[in-house]
Amino acid sequence: MSAVDNNWEVVIGLEIHCQLATKTKIFSGASTAYGAEPNTQACAVDLALPGVLPVFNKEALRLAVKFGLAIGAEIGMRSVFDRKNYFYPDSPKAYQITQMDLPIVGIGHVDIDLEDGETKRIGVTRAHLEEDAGKSMHGHVAGMTGIDLNRAGTPLIEIVSEPDMRSAKEAVAYMKKIHSLVQYIEISDGNMQEGSFRCDANVSVRPKGQEEFGTRAEIKNINSFRFVERAINHEIERQIDVIEDGGKIIQETRLYDAEKDETRSMRSKEEANDYRYFPDPDLLPVIIDEAYIEQIRSELPELPYEKKARYISEYGLSVTDAASITASRVMAEYFESVVNITDNVKLSANWVLGALSAKLNKEECEISHSKVSAEAFALLLQRIADNTVSASAAKDIFDAMWDGEGDADEIIEAKGLKQISDSSAIEAMVDEVIANNMGQFEELKSGKDKLMGFFVGQIMRASKGKANPAQVNEIINKRIKGE
Amino acid sequence: MSDIKSDMYHLDTLAELSVKLQAGEVTSVQLTEYFLARINKYNDELNCFITVTDELALADAKAADEKRNSGNAGPLTGLPIAHKDIFCTKGVKTSCGSRMLDNFISPYDATVVTKLKQAGVVMLGKTNMDEFAMGSSNETSFYGAVKNPWDVNCIPGGSSGGSAAAVASRLAPISTGTDTGGSIRQPAAMCGITGIKPTYGRVSRFGMIAFASSLDQAGPMGQSAEDCAMLLNAMTGLDEKDSTSLDVATENYMTDIDRPLDGLRIGLPKEFFGEGLDEKVDSVVRESLEQYKKLGAELIDIELPNSHLSVPVYYVVAPAEASANLSRFDGVRYGYRCKDPVDLYDMYARTRGEGFGAEVKRRILVGTYALSAGYYDAYYLKAQKLRHLISDDFKNAFEKVDVIMGPTSPSTAFNIGEKSDDPISMYLSDIYTIAVNLAGLPGMSIPAGFADGKPVGLQIIGNYFAESRLLNVAHKYQQVTDWHRQIPEDFA
Repeated sequence: MSAVDNNWEVVIGLEIHCQLATKTKIFSGASTAYGAEPNTQACAVDLALPGVLPVFNKEALRLAVKFGLAIGAEIGMRSVFDRKNYFYPDSPKAYQITQMDLPIVGIGHVDIDLEDGETKRIGVTRAHLEEDAGKSMHGHVAGMTGIDLNRAGTPLIEIVSEPDMRSAKEAVAYMKKIHSLVQYIEISDGNMQEGSFRCDANVSVRPKGQEEFGTRAEIKNINSFRFVERAINHEIERQIDVIEDGGKIIQETRLYDAEKDETRSMRSKEEANDYRYFPDPDLLPVIIDEAYIEQIRSELPELPYEKKARYISEYGLSVTDAASITASRVMAEYFESVVNITDNVKLSANWVLGALSAKLNKEECEISHSKVSAEAFALLLQRIADNTVSASAAKDIFDAMWDGEGDADEIIEAKGLKQISDSSAIEAMVDEVIANNMGQFEELKSGKDKLMGFFVGQIMRASKGKANPAQVNEIINKRIKGE
Repeated sequence: MSDIKSDMYHLDTLAELSVKLQAGEVTSVQLTEYFLARINKYNDELNCFITVTDELALADAKAADEKRNSGNAGPLTGLPIAHKDIFCTKGVKTSCGSRMLDNFISPYDATVVTKLKQAGVVMLGKTNMDEFAMGSSNETSFYGAVKNPWDVNCIPGGSSGGSAAAVASRLAPISTGTDTGGSIRQPAAMCGITGIKPTYGRVSRFGMIAFASSLDQAGPMGQSAEDCAMLLNAMTGLDEKDSTSLDVATENYMTDIDRPLDGLRIGLPKEFFGEGLDEKVDSVVRESLEQYKKLGAELIDIELPNSHLSVPVYYVVAPAEASANLSRFDGVRYGYRCKDPVDLYDMYARTRGEGFGAEVKRRILVGTYALSAGYYDAYYLKAQKLRHLISDDFKNAFEKVDVIMGPTSPSTAFNIGEKSDDPISMYLSDIYTIAVNLAGLPGMSIPAGFADGKPVGLQIIGNYFAESRLLNVAHKYQQVTDWHRQIPEDFA
């Protein structure tokens, strides 16, 4: 694949549109709740009736400032709303209110975790407040296009990155980082299915070692992490193919079609709109002071990178484990609840990142919707720690808990999974297995240590997983020594 | 209607009618019927009204009378009024003088309309205006030109020409207007009535169809300063629906209206008395200034050195804002839509091509151009900078004087059609009023006499929030003159 061709370097910048979790719209009192009947959440202002005026929702300001502080950015003490003019049926005023020259959030950064455990700093150029458009609906009325303006006027921040990413994987890591962050600081629900979090990707390639950027294409309409990676990789391949075939990349906007898994041209730079930005005379400049900023700073929760550092120093977790657990605030809170009960960091980390994460992945379930609560999960881990059940039995118990069969103790009781720690019972099982496998046992005795696993496995099977593996090991060793 | 006097309500000012209502000499229903009858009689000739809301008016008048009978009436309860058709009125056609909104019934009331409703006024109808308030002669209206009651061959001024002509011909005791570059003051001058444009932000713009958002301001147009003060009392105040409305204490504009003018310093900008000013208008204005001297005022020559920039600055800023404000009229959600569009582009192009008149299209084009990439700095940005210079001129002047006076317009009402093909000459009829909007200051026009039988307006400009002072200065003059009580013969 040419994307990993050593001759080319990839340059990516992302523009993320993130819906702010306000109850009402950014310039009107209409509700922002998702999924209502078309146009039932569009008031006179959202419909852009003659004579109506926008009134800025200060809650959107608070959330945007919170984001700025979370990425260590400069906050615009004076920000200005501008009109971006373009005609489209889902844009009721035929201009979008956004921020052009003076955004609320200036230069900041986030650190992303790379696969090799390293981190990389990605610059954020700016983040500005703006309103979302409505939605065109095709096929509802024959021969006509319907317009649903429920979404029109929903508050967004558009987060613009520096062109700091060098692979689709880095772009995904950055997008995930921002996604996690906005949920951490509770400024967005981050719901990608409902369009609360989506991005445009600016992609270009250049020969390795070349300073100046190649001509970029902007890919619009990407609404999942999977699509970001696929869309960017496709675009990289397309661009390299074009250049290697002697062609030139033209600056253009391309649309990612998830169904066909390809990007296609929407419009070239020559066809690009002249948006004729100018300050919106209906809205006053937004002026904030230090006290306002400090108030919001004091409301910030422990940020992901702070949490990660604490997990490493306080809990002694590895960088990778700390990064994985702190990637999501809900996951981190779950983990901390489990640790608080079990008082066993290592066991908790292993099980949260192991069995629990595997289950969530398999079930495509968010941790917030886990069918096993942190408290119930902690009880199970305590039963491992106090040797009531073996680790292998615990996995079955966890599955049963997930399926709603009760708490750990109930399932252990009902299924008779309590670990056998009675040494005479285990000795009997060990002796029986040795008697049935004398040949292998002689080899084990003569130093073929690999066979140890075989015997432990046989005995665990005979005990239906209930034997305490440590005890089993101990007794076999005794038998080897002829005791 | 046996009493002869009761048949002549149109000779009364709003203040006088208010007294009669309070004294029980007349009911709101009687007044409303009286003015509806006058509208019915004269509107065909003058074309002041786009919509007459007779049924609604009579119902509101009845309710006002009941309110009065139950002891809950205020000074405005039951008084008939006409609204410029730029204000959204719930359940009533709100056309803004355009084919684009010929079918638009507003589902809500403008704040001005709500406030006046709460004060108990009775709306007689919606007055004619230049399309989207773009014009100085009322000839750009989709509903045809309005005639000047003093000479029906002449324009009434614009854009609030219908409101001005309705008051001048006493089809309504008072009306509302809006002023972006002179649209209250210039037609008030040309029709011989009194109009005030308050400080930008005094009156809510919510529900007032936007022309140029940073300049638009609503105000009353009546027979006298006292009448305007009465109505303005019910119009001002902070409105949370308009972010540019100002959080300043509302005043009772009647309180200081009788204050003597001794020692009043009147600034006379030399730029307002120079080339381009009609000689007869000049001498009428100077005569009125003599009157002010007699009232104790001092005349001081001042300069507004950047005022010559106001017309060019205005014709960049206002069209730029308008080009965006009028984009919403796209045929998608309400208003005019062209027949059988073949595709989206065709719908936009023909809807706007057919729905807007020539002057509106001209200004949209100018504004779009001024905001375009590569031209923005040279036009829009530069105009904004010059706007500051113009404001600074006034700031400096108000360190030396209390009010500024001069002619409202360089000439009296011109003939219908006379300037239709010469937009520049048309734009110059607002040369003395535009700077006031650019600075956001309050300004008035009061009748100061006649030139060749046509009214001449005296413009009075005040410092920010000096509406009370302006009304006082106007009122004192009107106590010693009767220009404001004169009614065109054919409508007397």
